[in-house]
Amino acid sequence: MADYPESMKYTKEHEWARISGKSATVGITEFAKDQLGDVVYLELPELGAEVKRGEPFGVVESTKAVSELFAPVTGKVTKVNQELVDAPEGINDSPHEKGWMIEIEMSLPDELGQLLSAAQYQELLAAEER
Amino acid sequence: MTQRTPLYPSHLAAGARMVEFAGFEMPVQYQGVLEEHAAVRNQAGIFDVSHMGEVVLQGPGALQAAQRLVTNDLSKCKDGQAQYSALCNERGGVIDDVIVYRFSAERLFVCVNASRREKDFDWMLAHAGERASVRQQSDEWAQMAVQGPAAPGLVDRLCEPRVRDLAYYHFREATVAGVSGCIVARTGYTGEDGFEVFCPPDGARRIWDAAVAAGAQPCGLGARDSLRLEVAYRLYGNDLDEEHTPLEAGLGWIVKLDKPGGFIGADALRRQKAEGLKRKLIGFKLSGKGIARHGYPVRPEGVEKHVGEVTSGTMSPTLKEPIGLAYLPAEMSREGTRFEVEIRDRPVAAQVVKTPFVTKEAQKKP
Repeated sequence: MADYPESMKYTKEHEWARISGKSATVGITEFAKDQLGDVVYLELPELGAEVKRGEPFGVVESTKAVSELFAPVTGKVTKVNQELVDAPEGINDSPHEKGWMIEIEMSLPDELGQLLSAAQYQELLAAEER
Repeated sequence: MTQRTPLYPSHLAAGARMVEFAGFEMPVQYQGVLEEHAAVRNQAGIFDVSHMGEVVLQGPGALQAAQRLVTNDLSKCKDGQAQYSALCNERGGVIDDVIVYRFSAERLFVCVNASRREKDFDWMLAHAGERASVRQQSDEWAQMAVQGPAAPGLVDRLCEPRVRDLAYYHFREATVAGVSGCIVARTGYTGEDGFEVFCPPDGARRIWDAAVAAGAQPCGLGARDSLRLEVAYRLYGNDLDEEHTPLEAGLGWIVKLDKPGGFIGADALRRQKAEGLKRKLIGFKLSGKGIARHGYPVRPEGVEKHVGEVTSGTMSPTLKEPIGLAYLPAEMSREGTRFEVEIRDRPVAAQVVKTPFVTKEAQKKP
């Protein structure tokens, strides 16, 4: 069973966000990684790009499937994991750590209330598996 | 209602992720596509391909009937030999690509694609004539492919009589892992050496388990697709369909326009050849970033006009480069020609390259 730390927030689209002050570090969950299969390609926004909660900020492709990445919060991209773009298999190895994708400086911190807690996210996963 | 192959329980036990494919519940992967792909390139992998169909032509006119139905020349195929071929409609469009196993001039066994089982059977029945019976045997056979450098030895040790001496595209009836009545053929869809084994459905698990115990890694449809694409083998429904001819698909080598008696579609193909091809299926690599996928439009460099489309595409696990097949206008089909693939409304640079993408020499490079 995958580990979904309480210290992170989650989305229904299977992204996670690690919050520190006004910034949110974002990636995809262990569950999303398992569903995708081996990730072989990653497309992320430019530094400074504006992303909007619920809208695509990038694309991740496995050997078979193309999936959009959805921003959990609105704000400006302040970091991009270029190393991961160059070697996206990092997502396969450790989606919650090495697999971080971008850091967003939140412009609407109230949105955090709309994200799922680890417990809520795991309920969602249990429902998906039924 | 989807069908299950006799190996369904083995797949679940091995932790496969199952998907629907051509009406079957099939394993798309077990451990991971990249690992399975590498197992076949470096060692040995085993695939359940029981979804493939089998149609048998039998009777005094079987060879003649088969010759009318397929584009390749079965008079050049000896008994005990197999031949890659195509069934075409009158317009020359590809109904299916098949392998014909010639047991004798009176008995030919045709392996067809899962999605075309019924279509092929109906077509063959309608055009076989009086002197050959056409039998649908798709549910009477399970099929496995064991592929990779270690596959020939592995399969050989399970067979009685042995099969190691079989040449490429030759086959033999054998008992495999104690299961009698099997057909063992030195064929495959991966670009590696190996065998494909047809067996009675109730013997499938025994053979599967014996091959896995001997070291063959279970591989799913995901790896099957990336392996075949690296060697530019065509996939029906992606690269081949009734709207394209085998000539356009680069399969001119299986089209024998001058064979005695001709075949269905030959007139249309002869005309197309005389007039010159307007489009061709080519191999390409992306030099820009992204992965081209089936259905993505292609355009000339710097020109916003769709002139063709991608039929297959993936990130090559061996080369770690994005590769694909696409139909392009003939004038853009020469090796080295630059064009663009539209990926999510963005043009990405591509270049026509020689196929297969992966050769034994290319694999040896670090």
